[in-house]
Amino acid sequence: MIGQAVNRVDGPLKATGRATYAYEHWEAGQPLYGFIVGATIGKGRITRIDTEDAERAPGVQLVMTYLTTPEQGPRDESIPFEYWRAQPVLTGPDIHYYGEPVALVVAETLEEARSAADLVEVEYRAGRGRFDFGEFEDVYIPKTVNAGLPTDTAVGDFDAGFAGAEVKVDQQYTTPYEFSLPIEPNACMAEPRGEDLVIYVSCQITDAARDSVASTLRMAPERVHILAPFVGGGFGSKLGIHSETILAAFAARTLRRPVKVAMTRQQVFQLVGMRPTSSQRVRLGAGRDGRLSAIAHDVTMHTNPDIEYAEQTAATTRSLYAAPHRLTSHRLTALDLPRGTDVRAPGEAPGMLTVESAMDELADALRMDPVELRIRNEPTVDPERDVPYSDRHLVDCLREGARRFGWENRPATPASVRDGQWLIGYGMSAAIRGHFQGPTAVRVRLETDGTAVIQTDMTDIGTGTYTILTQVGAEGLGLPLERVRIELGRSDHPTSWGSGGSWGATNSCTAVHRACMTLREKLLDTVRDDARSPLHGLDPANAVFSDGNVGTDGASEALGEIVARNHPEGVEAEGRTLFMGDDPNYSAYSINTYGATFAEVGVDADTAEIRLRRMLGVYSVGRVFNPKTARSQLIGGMIWGVGAALEEEAVVDPRSGAFVNRDFAGYLVPVHADIPDVDVVVLEGYDDKANVLGAKGLGEVGICGSGASVANAVFNATGVRVRDFPVTIEKLLPGLPPMDA
Amino acid sequence: MMSASETAVGRSQGEMAPLSAITLNVNDQVRQLQVDPRTSLLDALREHLRLSGTKKGCDHGQCGACTVLINGRRVNSCLTLAVMHENDAIVTIEGLGDPGHLHPMQRAFVERDGFQCGYCTPGQICSAVGMLAEVEAGWPSHVTADVATPGIALTDNEIRERMSGNICRCAAYPNIVAAIRGSAEGGPG
Repeated sequence: MIGQAVNRVDGPLKATGRATYAYEHWEAGQPLYGFIVGATIGKGRITRIDTEDAERAPGVQLVMTYLTTPEQGPRDESIPFEYWRAQPVLTGPDIHYYGEPVALVVAETLEEARSAADLVEVEYRAGRGRFDFGEFEDVYIPKTVNAGLPTDTAVGDFDAGFAGAEVKVDQQYTTPYEFSLPIEPNACMAEPRGEDLVIYVSCQITDAARDSVASTLRMAPERVHILAPFVGGGFGSKLGIHSETILAAFAARTLRRPVKVAMTRQQVFQLVGMRPTSSQRVRLGAGRDGRLSAIAHDVTMHTNPDIEYAEQTAATTRSLYAAPHRLTSHRLTALDLPRGTDVRAPGEAPGMLTVESAMDELADALRMDPVELRIRNEPTVDPERDVPYSDRHLVDCLREGARRFGWENRPATPASVRDGQWLIGYGMSAAIRGHFQGPTAVRVRLETDGTAVIQTDMTDIGTGTYTILTQVGAEGLGLPLERVRIELGRSDHPTSWGSGGSWGATNSCTAVHRACMTLREKLLDTVRDDARSPLHGLDPANAVFSDGNVGTDGASEALGEIVARNHPEGVEAEGRTLFMGDDPNYSAYSINTYGATFAEVGVDADTAEIRLRRMLGVYSVGRVFNPKTARSQLIGGMIWGVGAALEEEAVVDPRSGAFVNRDFAGYLVPVHADIPDVDVVVLEGYDDKANVLGAKGLGEVGICGSGASVANAVFNATGVRVRDFPVTIEKLLPGLPPMDA
Repeated sequence: MMSASETAVGRSQGEMAPLSAITLNVNDQVRQLQVDPRTSLLDALREHLRLSGTKKGCDHGQCGACTVLINGRRVNSCLTLAVMHENDAIVTIEGLGDPGHLHPMQRAFVERDGFQCGYCTPGQICSAVGMLAEVEAGWPSHVTADVATPGIALTDNEIRERMSGNICRCAAYPNIVAAIRGSAEGGPG
């Protein structure tokens, strides 16, 4: 079953509108509706807040402000990850960023709540905020960057290595604020049940959501029950919970009724956090043969002053190419903007966009094929950690991709090939992403009817968890797929690390596999000692589990019969996956996924309109659980790369700190018309150092480098290098060759 | 600090918004409801009729997740008021098929993996059904090369252009195009 292109098991529910997301649960009856009122200044203080008119408005049940919110638990920085910490909201009169919640209005209907929200009168004393990243040069050095990675690294003597290089690239790039923007806006319904709270919330990690709600509301964690059976996309923005959840929970406890709150699309841009903007200096020094002697990647980013977030933008540069002399660094500038947060492929996405652009610049300076340049700098060991790679196939990806794409047809000289009005260019990029492993537990229970139930608090945010856990469970117990049932997204189930960081599939599948193996042993122990079983006394070493039966030496018995006879309540086992820090393979090896993307663009010679014509990604990700869902995730990642290269950018109003383009008309994401044929090839693989199943995560490697392949294709088409992402018409047009007469 | 119950609860004695009694025909069922005249068709479907298959992604006509079919034409249900649709035949994703009896377009989306998180999916599917009818009726699009000749070839570019009002942030676009093409050609997807 593992490795088969099975259709999504939850597909029919999703395709018929029967999958229920956070805002859509009616089990508790008619809820009340909450609407968030946001600050209309970016920095300052509330001097007066008058809720009287709002409270008297039709249908209104409650107006919460900082004056009326119950006492909240503080953010506890001793908890290692932000997403498990308390998330207090409406904490006081001070305004820290534009749009920050200043009130919640709860009413009988959504229309009443929204209308009454306009009646909350707030007066402010505006302070002088720091909003414009380009304006400030004061930086500080964070203790670590995201995921606890080192802030700076140095190997060899970069200055000497760079000074002595025959060919150099030294360029400054900038990347914009970007948002995750799943199509389901952040939403929560909170239902009081006795002393407990049942929370339906769109989140990626239910364990984090439970801890966060409990500590903010000063409740015992076991009194909070998170339910997230379906999540309408996350991409990092739902790793933690947000203000709508805390506000719904407080309102529900106060009113003793279910309350639901969803952010408007505009509020999502203000209240959830974004990928920080960055300024990145990339220096590459090489010999005329293309071999790198020196690599430096220095990154400066914005952070919120109160909740530090340092994206690990230079981290992948540490493992990608060989070079004896190396430097990486991360610096932060505090701005009065919403906090930075994880957006799909944090660090890798903006970091590889620039480094893989710089590699293209180096190839151009050397007059060398960009594929060949990368092959020449293939390391034998991880150059900064000095440990072997577990299963590195970057060169295979590069070669296979070049062959399939027809890379030999690439215009050797930029701006040299035209197809009618279109300037044609090819571009490519390498991809690498670290593979992570986190503590995860699942429970597998075999029922007396021979069906299996798999329970974990793991989520399926569109990644295919329901499907691949079904496949691994079916293979583990020798059951047909339809006899495996998956229960996800309940914090009362065994605890996982949730969905994020591309670790969800391997963490949970490995745990399911282990639980199934334990369950097999239990069943075999049972029948060996059971005189009523046809397998009594036979050698379990030869046992085969298939089609709902276990058999050995010509005898066979249905699993359901064994369970019914010996375990009338069903029989279960737990399986676990270790934290990577406790798994010696993760310190002894550099465990990563790899890829190569290739893109062809056309650039309108007169208007500089950029059209992606085709795209190919070749990936090495170990073993694949399901080629169909894997391909979908990789395509999705590659298209995110297209968005980063050509479209996505949130713009701050330097006067107010507001994001001016806070909707889908102003913040462009790829749509159907932007995306042509996208092809994906996954190389056969098995990484025996990653886990017992040989699989690695692939939710984010697709976005790594893919944007650079598009930007590099634009350069190849036009001869114009845009280093201020995204590459848009107004930046490209001035450098285009003169218009035809 | 005062508690919320002391200051803010139970003071909702203001005048109720006048409700409108309306009759909607949704998925061939006549449904009578009392709605605030400000209620969008989308909120009437989701919050009053509890047909939550129709999704709210932006409430602004920019994402397409709320697409339904009204008298056979696709409409962003967030941009129209419920009270405007008394005599209309409304079809939502629930009306196209159910998990045991999938509409051919729903089956094609499942077969081609035309979604991941599933949240934009009902809108994509309703939009695709409406879009094929528009092509069938000969409505040209921005990318139709020849608007004079009857009969529009359903190229991939036609599908992409006509489906661009439906955003998929999981970016299942190539699979969605394949599903629509498969369904239009009468295959299993």
